[in-house]
Amino acid sequence: MSESKLGVYICTDCGIGESLNIEELQKVAKAPICRTHPFLCSQEGAQMIRDDINNEGVNKIVIAACSQRVNYDVFDYDPLKYVTERVNLREHVVWSHPPNTDETQAMAEDYLRLGITRANKSEPPEPKITDLNRTILVVGGGVTGLTAAIEAAKAGSEVVLVEKEAELGGWTRKMYKVLPKKAPFTDLEKPDIDSRIAEAEGNDKIKIYKSTTIKKIAGEPGMYEVTVETNGSEETFTIGAIIYAIGWKPYDASKLDNLGYGKYKNVITNVEMEELASKGNISRPSDGKPAQNVVFVQCAGQRDEAHVPYCSAVCCNVSLKQAMYVRESNPDAGAYIIYKDMRTPGLYENFYKAAQDDEGIFLAKGEILGIEEAADGSLLVEVNNLLLDKKVTIKADIVVLATGMLTNMLPDDYEVNNLTPEYIGTIAKKETSDGIIEELEPVPISLNLAYRQGPEMPHLKYGFPDSHFICFPYETRRTGIYAAGAVRHPMDALQASADAAGAALKAIQCLELTSQGKAVHPRAGDQTFPEFRLESCTQCRRCTVECPFGVLDEDEKGTPQEHPYRCRRCGTCMGACPQRIINFKNYSIDMISSMIKSVEVPDEDEEPFILGLICENDAYPALDLAGQNRIQYSPNFRFISLRCLGGTNLVWIADALSKGIDGIILIGCKFGDDYQCHFVKGSQMANERLGKVQETLDRLMLEADRVQQVQLAINEWDKLPQILDEFSEALKELGPNPYKGF
Amino acid sequence: MGEQKSILIIGGGISGITTAVEAAEAGYDATIVEKRPYLGGRVAQLFKYFPKLCPPYCGLEINFRRIKQNPKIKFYTLSEVDSISGAEGDFKASIRVNPRYVNEKCTACGKCAEVCPAERPNDFNFGMDTTKAIYRPHDMAFPARFVIDEQACKGSACGECVKVCKYGAIDLDMKPATVELNAGSIVTATGWNPYDATRMENLGFGRIKNVITNMMMERLSAPNGPTKGKIQRPSDGKDVQSIAFVQCAGSRDENHLPYCSAICCMASMKQATYIREKNPESKVYIFYIDLRAPGKYEDFLRKVQSDENVEMIKGKVAKIEEDGDGGVVVTAEDIVGGGKIHQKVDMVVLAAGMESALKGNGLSSIIKTEDSGFVISEGQTAGIYAAGVAGRPNDVTNSVQGATGAALKSIQSLVRR
Repeated sequence: MSESKLGVYICTDCGIGESLNIEELQKVAKAPICRTHPFLCSQEGAQMIRDDINNEGVNKIVIAACSQRVNYDVFDYDPLKYVTERVNLREHVVWSHPPNTDETQAMAEDYLRLGITRANKSEPPEPKITDLNRTILVVGGGVTGLTAAIEAAKAGSEVVLVEKEAELGGWTRKMYKVLPKKAPFTDLEKPDIDSRIAEAEGNDKIKIYKSTTIKKIAGEPGMYEVTVETNGSEETFTIGAIIYAIGWKPYDASKLDNLGYGKYKNVITNVEMEELASKGNISRPSDGKPAQNVVFVQCAGQRDEAHVPYCSAVCCNVSLKQAMYVRESNPDAGAYIIYKDMRTPGLYENFYKAAQDDEGIFLAKGEILGIEEAADGSLLVEVNNLLLDKKVTIKADIVVLATGMLTNMLPDDYEVNNLTPEYIGTIAKKETSDGIIEELEPVPISLNLAYRQGPEMPHLKYGFPDSHFICFPYETRRTGIYAAGAVRHPMDALQASADAAGAALKAIQCLELTSQGKAVHPRAGDQTFPEFRLESCTQCRRCTVECPFGVLDEDEKGTPQEHPYRCRRCGTCMGACPQRIINFKNYSIDMISSMIKSVEVPDEDEEPFILGLICENDAYPALDLAGQNRIQYSPNFRFISLRCLGGTNLVWIADALSKGIDGIILIGCKFGDDYQCHFVKGSQMANERLGKVQETLDRLMLEADRVQQVQLAINEWDKLPQILDEFSEALKELGPNPYKGF
Repeated sequence: MGEQKSILIIGGGISGITTAVEAAEAGYDATIVEKRPYLGGRVAQLFKYFPKLCPPYCGLEINFRRIKQNPKIKFYTLSEVDSISGAEGDFKASIRVNPRYVNEKCTACGKCAEVCPAERPNDFNFGMDTTKAIYRPHDMAFPARFVIDEQACKGSACGECVKVCKYGAIDLDMKPATVELNAGSIVTATGWNPYDATRMENLGFGRIKNVITNMMMERLSAPNGPTKGKIQRPSDGKDVQSIAFVQCAGSRDENHLPYCSAICCMASMKQATYIREKNPESKVYIFYIDLRAPGKYEDFLRKVQSDENVEMIKGKVAKIEEDGDGGVVVTAEDIVGGGKIHQKVDMVVLAAGMESALKGNGLSSIIKTEDSGFVISEGQTAGIYAAGVAGRPNDVTNSVQGATGAALKSIQSLVRR
């Protein structure tokens, strides 16, 4: 950026002018250009700013008016040329505080100082733009992987598909028939998997590797180096993004000891039933006698914390389908389905109804009390029929266990209900100078990522590498790698196909944004990157450990190695670094420190004076909504918004306290099991860091209670006054910060 | 490659927004046409999402931010697609833009509503309270601009709002306009309406004040709802101590909605947590046919079931009657325990199902639907896709997942040309 020139523009309406002394405010600005306007967001107001940009060379624009969340289109200046800073005098000051008081005026003046300091300490970003590889690697050649490959190719992408088996098609190829995909949702359909295989194999944009496994994936979006092994020979190539579609496997039915699997030949699983039906007629495995009665046992392991705690979502439909096989194979045969709840959501209800209308299909809510084998090889299934409230025994030729789906992220010798958190692995005991510590050793499964945080995708629960976000189901902690299909949660082939298209979009989108040096969601479009002043690095590894997205690897000494295209720009690394060597052009430790130092802390006041570090995604809008609703709160708070609380550096706490600020409140998103932090772990990392703030406070001889973190959701603006008052009261108890006035 | 055409997205709820944002961030132009005066659709009315119990405003905020900073996304509110012609790669759509009577000069300062003498039933809160005739549709309405309800407004004879607005933002003479759009592909994201609960006469909705729907329960629980988040019964404002949820109110019923609405079991369990959290003494009864908590939602069912003040009863509700003191008596068959149950409660929530908003819409010649109103995929007009509940009943996550896939499909229609 050439020489910087500041322009400050103060809007006086929406109540700002009548609530504040604007002349005094202008004095605070101390800018080469400082203008006021009664309607800054009007055409004339916007033109006034444009004129200064064009004629006066203003390139740092501070707009003291309304929230940055409104009039974004009016005050829109090229972020690569100009620094724009919005000072929220409307929602955060005059709409939530009484007019024309010293306190309100002081608040407005401080916010203007904060905004000007932020602008002065900010430079336009320099985007990193390089030639990228745009090929998409699809891992897994089942219905999800094939569909993802075809969909991506249809949108113009080159695709490499890697399948570990010798054949494509996965489980779907083993299916006799599949669930109805169209109205009236009553008739079974032939799987179209063969045509999908042919389509993928015939598409010249798709290169297929069969009998192939992945030995290593290193790099970052747009430049991943992938090493694969096919029948003993290795090959390395470059790809841009990854769709992770390794699918599912059935739960091992022999673990269900009361159901006789492995003990009685005629007890089979739903997977085996597909094979049986594909052979033509459904007959007993023990002696080939055609089956007259078949009992389906639902939730064979599922919805049971001792086995598979979740529901597999598809098994009710699968058993209905297989009951139809039984009836088709032998019109005199009967099929009994014993269920906990019939789960045929949505339009599958019609399918359920079609099965109910068949007089040879019997459905009952019940519990299996036991299964015995009779002398003739048939099975006696004792059922507690909850609808009739009595115990009945059904004589069956075949019992089909509707076993559940496990993700293929789960290694064979791991239990789905007993996994290490975050990364699947084992806890190893290690001897260190601090004694014996327990450390998680993540286990390689299928991707073999050369990432410092582990070789595989983090899992959420039960081994599923799923998104935790309801609104953002493709959120991933490994930028550029998108899971799809039954690997990420139980689903049927229809849903998996839709999921494959979504993941293909995300892979293409990641490469498009990355090619422009832009971040993907949630800071989509952000062109900044963290910069590392590595000569001052002490190899403490906090940044490499804390990054929620596994961006940073380490060299042998522990110095972070950057992979900028993995980065999501949350600034958690910046917050983690005790050496303060990680900064962005427009977001830095010095910037926030300088902002804190620019605040005018009153020398003596009965009310505590408090700094708030707030999440710009949720807490900032919550403050806006408080203002919009004219909710009043203490004017003794000064809020500074952060990209995420994860960026909180402890030096800011020290800066604030040594300046005489009485307390610091961090307001961010919920963390823990149901976390709402858009950067997954940011607010949690901030909280862990605060645990260590005691050290800093001890050094300053101050109470730890002067710093507090609050979890606030965006719709909890009504709770703000109470939260702030309670903190203020607690600080009053502690008395003023002894550093005040120094 | 010639000039890239836009993707037309009909509906600006969570699915339509997602399709637009995902396509635009992949480099394609997207235009949303939304009937309401704001984007966000149904989810904006929800207090929390299941199973995380997080606020929908949170995800909307991020999505709005992505829209604000992406010049590839255009949107029209208060607008409807009148007609569509052409074919994949070259559709022509005629959009009717209804007057907002408030222009882009609006700063949303709210002075107009302070002086407006006219009121209207607040549709955002299902008529449980009122707004002025000039109003902000809801707290986080995007765009953040007021709108005038022409049915309620007294017109230029009054003009109080025009007088008080310093910014010249109100134009009572605004006329409907027509915009012609050229699009390469179309995504139908028209969403759903709650099934009209008055049609189930035995359940008493519309007749018994303390029988409400599940969507009304969302508003009643939300801090920005008509009762500021206090769950009170509509007849007398008494805090609700006992509540019954009636599942499949319309759904899974040949006489109403033959399909399952896919979300209502989870929604009622979620709403059970609303009242249990607000009132620790409260009792909850859920009457169901099957408890449908597919996949990992099972964990949420387990959590709600572990609350001993929540009772789940397998049985279809036969009738609902008013008791003398404002209480409501629910009669149901207890399928597992046997016999009939008569449960008196303070308030009943009907888990009303989802009906496709496209049902009965005039666009059916080009956007092909099933009889139920859901958009079909196989055999659909080339270049036309569905996202979210327009395609089938679904929860938010699955809708958004499908909407992302629909973005890819609609891009393919542009790339093919």
